[in-house]
Amino acid sequence: MSVATDPRWPREHYLSEGFRLRDWLLTTDHKRIAWLYLASITAFFFLGGTAALLIRLELITPPGDLVSADTYNQLFSLHGIVMVWFFLIPSIPATLGNFLIPMMVGARDLAFPRLNLLSWYIYTLGGLFTLAAVIGGGVDTGWTFYTPYSTMFSNSAVIAAAAGVFIVGFSSILTGLNFIVTTHKMRAPGLSWFRLPLFVWANYATSLIMVLATPVLSSVLMLIVVERLLGIGIFDPALGGDPLLFQHLFWFYSHPAVYIMILPGMGVVSEIIACFSRKPVFGYHGMVISIMSIAVFGFIVWGHHMFVAGQSIYAGIMFSFFTFLVALPSAIKTFNWTATLYKGRITFTAPMIYALSFVGLFTIGGLTGIILASIAIDVHVHDTYFVTAHFHYIMVGGMVTGYLGGLHFWWPKMTGRMYSELWSKVAALALFIGFNLTFFPQFILGYLGMPRRYHEYPVDFQVLNVMSSLGAGVLAIGYLLPLFYLFWSLRFGPAAGGNPWRAKGLEWWTDSPPTKHNFHRIPRVTESAYAYDPTAE
Amino acid sequence: MPTTQPLNEAGQVAEQFNDIDQQVQSNLFGMWLFLSTELLLFGGVFAGFIVFRVIHGEAFAAAAGHLDLMLGSLNTALLLTSGLTMALAEQLVNNTRRRATLVMLLATIALGAIFIGIKGYEWYHEYEHHLMPVLGLPFEYPGEHPQQAELFFNFYFTLTGLHGFHMLVGLGLLSVIAILTWRWRDPPRIARQVQISGLYWAFVDVLWIVVFSLLYLLRS
Amino acid sequence: MSSETSALPDYLPEVSKGLTLMPEQASAMAGRIDTLYIALVVICGLLTVVVFALIAVLGYRYRANSRANRESQSSEHTHRRVELGVLAIMLVIFMGLFGWASSLYLDMFRGPSAAMTINVIGKQWMWKVQHPDGTREINTIHVPVDETINLRVTSQDVIHSFYLPAFRLKRDVLPGSYREVWFTADNPGVYRLFCAEYCGSYHAQMRGKIVVMEQADYQQWLTRQGESEAPAVSGAQLFQSYGCSGCHMGKTGIQAPSLAGVFGRAVPLAGGATMIADEAYLHDSIVQPQKHVVAGFDPIMPSYSGQISEGEILQIIAYIKSLEPLDWKTNPSQNPTQGEAQP
Ligand code: HEA
Ligand code: HEA
Ligand code: HEC
Ligand code: CUA
Ligand SMILES: [Cu+2]
Repeated sequence: MSVATDPRWPREHYLSEGFRLRDWLLTTDHKRIAWLYLASITAFFFLGGTAALLIRLELITPPGDLVSADTYNQLFSLHGIVMVWFFLIPSIPATLGNFLIPMMVGARDLAFPRLNLLSWYIYTLGGLFTLAAVIGGGVDTGWTFYTPYSTMFSNSAVIAAAAGVFIVGFSSILTGLNFIVTTHKMRAPGLSWFRLPLFVWANYATSLIMVLATPVLSSVLMLIVVERLLGIGIFDPALGGDPLLFQHLFWFYSHPAVYIMILPGMGVVSEIIACFSRKPVFGYHGMVISIMSIAVFGFIVWGHHMFVAGQSIYAGIMFSFFTFLVALPSAIKTFNWTATLYKGRITFTAPMIYALSFVGLFTIGGLTGIILASIAIDVHVHDTYFVTAHFHYIMVGGMVTGYLGGLHFWWPKMTGRMYSELWSKVAALALFIGFNLTFFPQFILGYLGMPRRYHEYPVDFQVLNVMSSLGAGVLAIGYLLPLFYLFWSLRFGPAAGGNPWRAKGLEWWTDSPPTKHNFHRIPRVTESAYAYDPTAE
Repeated sequence: MPTTQPLNEAGQVAEQFNDIDQQVQSNLFGMWLFLSTELLLFGGVFAGFIVFRVIHGEAFAAAAGHLDLMLGSLNTALLLTSGLTMALAEQLVNNTRRRATLVMLLATIALGAIFIGIKGYEWYHEYEHHLMPVLGLPFEYPGEHPQQAELFFNFYFTLTGLHGFHMLVGLGLLSVIAILTWRWRDPPRIARQVQISGLYWAFVDVLWIVVFSLLYLLRS
Repeated sequence: MSSETSALPDYLPEVSKGLTLMPEQASAMAGRIDTLYIALVVICGLLTVVVFALIAVLGYRYRANSRANRESQSSEHTHRRVELGVLAIMLVIFMGLFGWASSLYLDMFRGPSAAMTINVIGKQWMWKVQHPDGTREINTIHVPVDETINLRVTSQDVIHSFYLPAFRLKRDVLPGSYREVWFTADNPGVYRLFCAEYCGSYHAQMRGKIVVMEQADYQQWLTRQGESEAPAVSGAQLFQSYGCSGCHMGKTGIQAPSLAGVFGRAVPLAGGATMIADEAYLHDSIVQPQKHVVAGFDPIMPSYSGQISEGEILQIIAYIKSLEPLDWKTNPSQNPTQGEAQP
């Protein structure tokens, strides 16, 4: 039976509203804007991934033989900048969030649809600046732009890159603003705060951080640009300026930013685990409190990136203390996900495998964060591969996996089609195995003392580095596979129907793909977000 | 051209909203959020300034003495007055008094423009006295601690520049609103726009007060 | 493999240590850090195992087509109690770890008083080392075993980070300020020195070695290096050649304070404060003379920032420190060109 005649396929939906380029580029429909974002961040992901592969290729042998030292430095800078600001920060909020939040709160669109489109253009503009930086000689400061290297010594395209990040910052500010206003003002009748799905809560908390932390990053990047462009010297030690001030301001943003990069993933995983355990999330209120306290207390731990940078030792200890505290809500959440499985009715679909991978890998990443927060250990492992492994476990093992899980979970909603079950499971497994092979050896390397951002290294580190590079190959397969079968499903996948997973969120109340204004009639909510019943059937 | 459309009859509601009330509330809330991000944008630079103000207290206080307190105060007065005229404009537009609103808007724009002019004059003055350590221009500082003074002037130009930029954006915004008011197509909508821009303008006012106190008033 | 190693510059320690899981220990601190680390790995490992086991066991037991009992689901109330329980357990574990790690950290930073101070300067992309007696080396540090050694580290350009993995010791090195690091090596041998903070093109080549020697060997090594001058002596020459003496010991009639005996003294500053003239103060006085102006003098001293290298500053400081009060007056031979001096 072809899709067109399938009764589960809606006659009219947001994708059939117009097929010209301008129907896409000038759209204010949040669902289409989500697609614009999806396309652009996927491009950036593969750009960053290609840089990662080159990094791993270079590191197969100890001497720096594949690329020159400067090229290597540009590669990891490009990789970090692109992955953080152009892929991971917008990943879940700008695609899944954009698509789903209005539907999950039962609204026709976000509060400011045109602003939403504008943020995509701002994102694109920022991306162009970054690409210009790459073409114009690359940037070699690392994603952290530390002064005085970035302001006075680097000969690379720092201005263009910093401007790119500065610009893209406004895109996330505007997205965050849009989400906050939407969540506050546009919830459907009956949808009280404590009936909201955790995905909405997570994006709400993320938006708060975006709105409150990103401007500080903007101002510090502005100072860098001004310093290089106009030759003034706020961070110049010769004038009595302080290079550490830069680090404080940078991490004041960038630590909360790491929670921008994990909270949405936590939201996705909560939805998926509840759905495929057919059970309400264990401890809904506890989850909400955890999300919000991560967002709030994440603002007072930035100094843990500067344990050996020269802040006072007592400041260091305070920051270590707060870091331990901010880890507690994550522990609660991890426990609650596993507890949700208890007495559930569990099916291992592809999204579920991704979600469970998330839980496992996030635990490893988070607990190694605890090792880093143990301040005396950090003196040894700071700026080594131990740190690299820690954050890849959280950001790649956690967030990217969560993102893919969410994409698989809502793909039927977004496209109206199902993808291959077999291939999606293969991809999820390849990802889990490849990931661990890539990054687990880096913990050992780091404790052995291999510093990061090293283009060449002593020979006895080679075995572990080769393992890591092999893993990256497997990982590449894990990431390329979905590209193929998801594309394939766009054309050949069977129609999914409104609610293929028999899930409970409001977004499942409507057709797949949804109509232009999401609902034929604005829903009236009478129950909590996860009214699943594991005893049924 | 004035229309007789009464204000309580709301204009058109954007399609994503249920009613005009929701729309107005969302817009206001959005503007407040936006302003809080702006505050933090300045906050980063303020924080940096305050740190150095504490570290190099004496030098900064002395360097501040080289700013023109007279002109700075004059500018503060101008900006506060413009805040008043803007507030009046908000009142008047709510009473659908087109002409008076327009006058108040133009007055606000004029005051803002004079502010920028004076600021420009101050900058020129500093340029002439070689107190502009920008773009490799010579910096010749007559007092003690020339290096720290240079740092002070770096902050001075960054902060006043950033504020000036916000003023320019505000002036642009007000000019558009003034044109809309002159045309007077959809008064309720104009009223909402005046209100939102008023919020922004007030914010730029408040920022100036902080900039002014940090840079000009903490002097020796 | 030998072909690879022979291509390496000779300052890199040529130690292939094979595949190990833990780095070697060369100081008492290293052992204490490793103990904490192993404890952390065990605790975190256990927690990880618990999470994975929960997923596996529950996932299997409650798979969709199993007949496990799903009746009597727990209430929100129970959830809260369980959560609080987890919270309490984690809090106890975390606070324990925090206390342990912090006390170790305090021990690492507040060291015993050191027997000798070695100056280390990072610059793109090498480490310059100056021993107390003037011996200089590049990218290599020789130290005696079992003696507490203090390093005074600074940078001439960007931020570097001084990293000795075998000592579990790392400190960022910032331009314009001095940092003190101490350690006691307890095992003779050759160990690695890395730059751990990204500092530009050849960051990865900013490596070196630290050679820990028996006391006797160290003394022997020092005498073999004998020909180099003490820093105070070269400092005296620099003091001349940079024209410091022109003002500070000069006949030019310029009013500048005498530097004899200034080190360690409390200096009255314009504006009323006083400061102890330590190394950092002297350093600042040369690079940023306007920062602390001595009471009663005009701030006419030019800044030497950018004209004088950090290494030279250290030598000048050594020279200034070597001046006894009014030394130059009673012993003019130290300043050969300085025929007569003014009070
Ligand atoms: C998404 C990103 C993300 C997230 C969420 C985190 C989360 C955490 N991070 Fe990480 N971090 C980064 C990204 C992230 N980090 C990056 C990018 C860097 C390096 C930046 C750079 O220098 O380039 C970094 C660096 C970094 C450092 C500095 C290292 C250094 O440079 O020297 C530290 C130190 O404290 C740290 C700690 C932590 C901690 C304690 C958490 C905690 O929030 C983690 C909390 C989670 C847990 C604690 C796991 C919970 C599970 C359990 C406890 C199991 C419970 C089980 C039962 C009860 C059965 N991180
Ligand atoms: C935020 C997200 C993110 C993501 C997703 C990744 C993904 C990966 N990262 Fe990255 N990484 C960072 C963030 C991220 N990283 C950051 C912030 C740094 C620090 C930078 C700095 O120091 O400044 C870093 C640094 C970093 C280093 C350290 C470099 C150094 O310090 O010298 C390494 C080394 O192994 C590495 C490896 C990898 C690998 C193997 C992946 C893999 O997961 C990638 C897998 C993806 C692919 C393999 C893509 C597949 C693509 C193809 C097959 C090519 C096809 C091509 C086309 C279609 C055009 N990363
Ligand atoms: C043009 C004259 C001049 C030259 C050249 C000069 N100084 Fe000075 N120096 C001064 C004056 C005047 C002061 C006191 C005012 C002040 O502290 O700035 C001073 C202060 C100092 C102090 C602080 C003294 C104290 O008592 O605390 C030190 C240290 C110092 N100079 C070292 C040097 C060194 C080293 C050089 C050369 C590299 C040098 N000076 C070159 C004029 C000079
Ligand atoms: Cu010096 Cu890296
Ligand atoms: Cu952090």
